Amino acid sequence: MQNNVNIANINSKFRQDFAIIAGWIPFSGKVLDLGCGDGVLLKFLRDSMEVRGYGVEKDDANWLSCLKNGINVIQMDLEAGLSGFQDQSFDTVILSQTLQAMHHTEDILQEMLRVGKEAIVTFPNFGYWHNRIQVAVAGHMPVSEDLPYQWYDTPNVHLCTIKDFDQFCKNHNIRVLERKVITAGNEIRTLPNLRGALAMYRLKAAA
Amino acid sequence: MSDTIDKSVGVVKAQIAHFDTPIVLKSGETLPQFDLVYETYGTLNADKSNAVLVCHALSGTHHVAGKYAETDKYPGWWDNLVGTGKPLDTNKFFVIGVNNLGGCHGSSGPSSINPATGKQWGATFPVVTVEDWVQSQARLLDYLGVSQLAAVIGGSLGGMQALEWTIAFPQRVRHALVIASAPNLTAQNMAFNEVARQAIMTDPDFYEGDYYSHQTLPCRGLRIARMLWHITYLSDDVMGEKFGRKLRNDIKYSFDVEFEMESYLRYQGDKFAGEFDANTYLRMTRALDYYDPALAFGGDLGAALKSAQAKFLVVSFTSDWRFSPERSKEIVQALLDNELSVSYAEVTAAHGHDAFLMTDKHYHDILRAYLHKVEV
Repeated sequence: MQNNVNIANINSKFRQDFAIIAGWIPFSGKVLDLGCGDGVLLKFLRDSMEVRGYGVEKDDANWLSCLKNGINVIQMDLEAGLSGFQDQSFDTVILSQTLQAMHHTEDILQEMLRVGKEAIVTFPNFGYWHNRIQVAVAGHMPVSEDLPYQWYDTPNVHLCTIKDFDQFCKNHNIRVLERKVITAGNEIRTLPNLRGALAMYRLKAAA
Repeated sequence: MSDTIDKSVGVVKAQIAHFDTPIVLKSGETLPQFDLVYETYGTLNADKSNAVLVCHALSGTHHVAGKYAETDKYPGWWDNLVGTGKPLDTNKFFVIGVNNLGGCHGSSGPSSINPATGKQWGATFPVVTVEDWVQSQARLLDYLGVSQLAAVIGGSLGGMQALEWTIAFPQRVRHALVIASAPNLTAQNMAFNEVARQAIMTDPDFYEGDYYSHQTLPCRGLRIARMLWHITYLSDDVMGEKFGRKLRNDIKYSFDVEFEMESYLRYQGDKFAGEFDANTYLRMTRALDYYDPALAFGGDLGAALKSAQAKFLVVSFTSDWRFSPERSKEIVQALLDNELSVSYAEVTAAHGHDAFLMTDKHYHDILRAYLHKVEV
């Protein structure tokens, strides 16, 4: 399911991860973006893919930004699950760079695959060499563009590596339809767990 | 936006629209003719595309904003929302407030004169429903030359009317703002209404609803009904904060007013009993009880909303236990099932159900941002 993304319609700064996500969703599909922040991804997908999108966001300020961005946004806490959303009622459910901040990791992935025909999950790869060196050599917790927090103020509670997540999917009966790994906007094909900063997965519940 | 100074709509005047074409009510009864009292703020544009209908709740009126005279102590009941620079900006919108059928502020109701008899309707005024109100409001729009509303907005029972608008007249409403509302009442919520009605109907001065001809009013009943309503629309926290266990004076070991909370409730009860009609109160609570658009669809609210086309903003308040966030989420789910455009905000607020009438920055920012996007 490769789609041509209409970049001409896009005003926001080009983001490789957004473009990959756009390539993984059906044109004019029904999309749910969990932890949608200020709604820029949904706005991008609406302008480029004409999706019928809804965001889910807990934070008041972000929620208001979504509204101002013209995004449909539902205020709720993802940790409580997705009750209220019907089974298989969305083409794609997206969790973009939010997984690592979730307490109920297993629950949210199960919920995503219940509500969506497919799911897209992206997260900062803790196995990225830059992170490894900071711990192993410099001896401190990694701080980077993808992991911008100090250890004491980070919302991230479940950091993982690509290898960890692959194993997680295997253990939880989740089919990985596609996986892409990017660093500074470039796709990484060799040694992704070492060289990749951001991991992106297209998932489906195993039949 | 923040540079704009919020301004009141100033001195306003109520108007009356008379309707000679009979209206058949949901109960099967017919009103051969009726009056609706209403107010408008702002100017209807040339395209007649900027009208917003404000639906009132249990004890609301058509007097949404402004004052009748500069010397009035209080402005209209939702004055914090309507005016220049306010969320419902009267520079952009033509805002309509209407007193519902069965009301007691100038629209046809139990305390108004039945033209057929020349006497007050009293108990003979029919039981009216949310659906009836929406039908009669549509007549008012016809009268004002408004074929389609830019938006309909309401809180609580008013939110039910906003929801009903999108079901009954999908073509006539572009946006619906459903605030602190529910798709129907829970048993507990209806139970409060029943206690309120029993308080009124067992008052010896009620006379089966014909107290007007006995030159009396069931004030005691209405007073208790209002006290009960007040308890349920505040949160435990806000009552605790406002009154706590504060005493008026030293404990007297009596049944007079001992605690501040009692004094407040009695004051509110007395004030209300002096200015509201008991028969109207009965009908308003009944309209709340009966509203259940999903009923005709086997309880499937999504099916009830199948015809709806409007875009929605649904807002609830965390401490509202009479119209809890869970009930608003049911509306949101039904809208999602129909792939309608909907945003939902759960506002953190301490004031319980009452929060929808309060000035809260985030709440008003939400309404302002949403209404700013409404095209006229």
